[in-house]
Amino acid sequence: MRRRLAPYALILPGGLWLAIFFVVPMVVMLSFSLMQGDVVNGFRLTWHWQNYSEGLSTYDSQLIRSLIYGVLATVACIVLAYPVAYWIAFRGGARKTTYLFLILLPFFVSFVLRTFSWKFLLADDGIVLSPLKDIGLLPQDFHVIATGFAVVAGLTYNYLPFMVLPIYVALERVDPKLIEAAQDLYAAPTQAFLRVVFPLSLPGVFAGVLMTFVPVSADYVNSTVLGGTNNTMIGNIIQNLYLVNTDYPQAAALSFTLMAILLIGIFLYAKALGTEDVLEVATR
Amino acid sequence: MSTDPAFLRGLTSSRRDALRLFGLAGAGLGLAACGVKGQKAAPPKQNDVQKYWAGKTKHGHLNFANWTLYMDKARTPLKDFTQQTGVTVTYREVITDDPQWFGKISPQLQAGQSIGYDLMVITNGVELTKLVELGYLVPLDHSQMPNFAKNAGAAYKKESFDPGNVYSVPYATGLTGIAYDPRKTGREITSIQDLWDPKFKGKVGMMSDAQEIGNFGMLALGIDPEKSTPEDWTKAGAKLQEQKDKGIVRKYYENDYIDALTRGDVWLTMAWSGDIFQQNLSEGSHLKFVIPQEGATIWTDNMMIPKTAENPVDALMMMDFFYRPEIAANLAEYINYVTPVPAAKDVITAQAASATGSKKTTLEAVANSPLVFPSDADYAKLRHYRSLTSATEKEYNAVFQHITAG
Repeated sequence: MRRRLAPYALILPGGLWLAIFFVVPMVVMLSFSLMQGDVVNGFRLTWHWQNYSEGLSTYDSQLIRSLIYGVLATVACIVLAYPVAYWIAFRGGARKTTYLFLILLPFFVSFVLRTFSWKFLLADDGIVLSPLKDIGLLPQDFHVIATGFAVVAGLTYNYLPFMVLPIYVALERVDPKLIEAAQDLYAAPTQAFLRVVFPLSLPGVFAGVLMTFVPVSADYVNSTVLGGTNNTMIGNIIQNLYLVNTDYPQAAALSFTLMAILLIGIFLYAKALGTEDVLEVATR
Repeated sequence: MSTDPAFLRGLTSSRRDALRLFGLAGAGLGLAACGVKGQKAAPPKQNDVQKYWAGKTKHGHLNFANWTLYMDKARTPLKDFTQQTGVTVTYREVITDDPQWFGKISPQLQAGQSIGYDLMVITNGVELTKLVELGYLVPLDHSQMPNFAKNAGAAYKKESFDPGNVYSVPYATGLTGIAYDPRKTGREITSIQDLWDPKFKGKVGMMSDAQEIGNFGMLALGIDPEKSTPEDWTKAGAKLQEQKDKGIVRKYYENDYIDALTRGDVWLTMAWSGDIFQQNLSEGSHLKFVIPQEGATIWTDNMMIPKTAENPVDALMMMDFFYRPEIAANLAEYINYVTPVPAAKDVITAQAASATGSKKTTLEAVANSPLVFPSDADYAKLRHYRSLTSATEKEYNAVFQHITAG
């Protein structure tokens, strides 16, 4: 009897926490997304599904842009993070923890502050661009800030550690004996990597993609600070609808639309990679 | 984490648990299902004012919520107030943004709880209108405000967002005009059309606030924002869209336009008057602020008492105290925004006459600054905001946010 109850007792604190602070607000927000009205006259539940269709048709370009930025930043993260993680896992030696700590070090500074510092570094007449313009390497009207490139670069920078760590964990678990075995079977280093190490590290890449793509697509700080007139992401729209317009139904509908798109995307992605990998990640 | 299958089964076991979770969620749905009530209030009648203030007495203390950098560091006006009335003041500069402040206080006001402040300062605009419509503000008892009656400038007694000062009196007023860096633009900026000049492609800053940017779109077309119609909004929207499509606008800024201008990311931008003065003073920059020939807009930060205030009488005394010319003068000297008390100019001029050295120069500059005491000619060029109800707000925002949220 006690054995059968133990799992329930263990799940109780976390389960209650999630029920109160996740499930209930979700349901309240879900009902908000079907309401009509305004703050002054009140909101009424009228099953107004048009909130969803209107949101999609009004903000389609921002939604698509968010997903594109999300994919670009995630791919950039993989490209940048994989070699770093590989190097720390296989060549890091005794200093592995130090290197990992260095990767995490930027987190000790508020990320809004870090993003703002980019603005100063890369200002049109700032310390980086100004000398390059003076010696004629760049045209005078060249600028980095207020472009889509700046937003994607900022997103990549801010979420890079979330990609490094899971890939590192996956690579760290690869038994060096497997590589030795591959070499014993006359595999060239490239072959050993592509056919042994890389497949074994995919669960780490998968976890990293989850941890970067989802928050990156919903991010609004980077496009606020680093973007220009045509770089608004869906997160900015939702934030604006909640805080400035107090249009809770539209904001809630857009939030759920974004969530649905992300969930569908992730399920498709998981299917493509094979479900065992997902389970493997989940049970680690 | 353990991968013991039995443990995993335990976690995800029965369908009943899932159902129970949904039951709990259902309760949440039940809470929200009936909708969320608004509390639209009727305008107060004369006896509402009497009813509210009857039996209310001075408590000797008050809590004051204001915007950042909106009083000198020594809090001189508050010290004078305490000295002369015996009322102590807890002063906090907690407001940085109208919508967010509204978001913070409205749940407490709706529940009838104190927000912890008896006096707060909010800009004219949608949030102020909402506070009035929801009945969250105390109607002011003007029989207890002799200084306001005597010293407030005539323009400040008939503002469209609160005619007759039923709920609010101005704290300070500012202009939205154009700020520019003359070394970068290479010429003096005089017109709103300069913001559309292709020569400044990518170097023009506009504000992201729907009302601010809408006003400038309308001014560029010669439309008075205060009397504008939805058709005017559409026209202004098209004008602003053209500016954006040609790549003239660098970005739609919040209050960070001032840094972008100082750094050189933009050369000219929509700007608030006092900001430029303070930036030049603190950064040593040489920015200029101009009231364009088509006109600039004037906005007002207003003092008001939330309906759940614990010390309303003390708050009312404080409001009236700011309308003493010497107090208004002291405030204007520091914040460099327009004071609603014209008589403060004589006070500052008199102080300048008796002062010496750099203090004298500064005081003279303030007394003669068109940004603190606009001339009649300046006032004639100033336009007021369109007051929006929650019904028209949606239509207005749809036009202009479509541009700023590209």
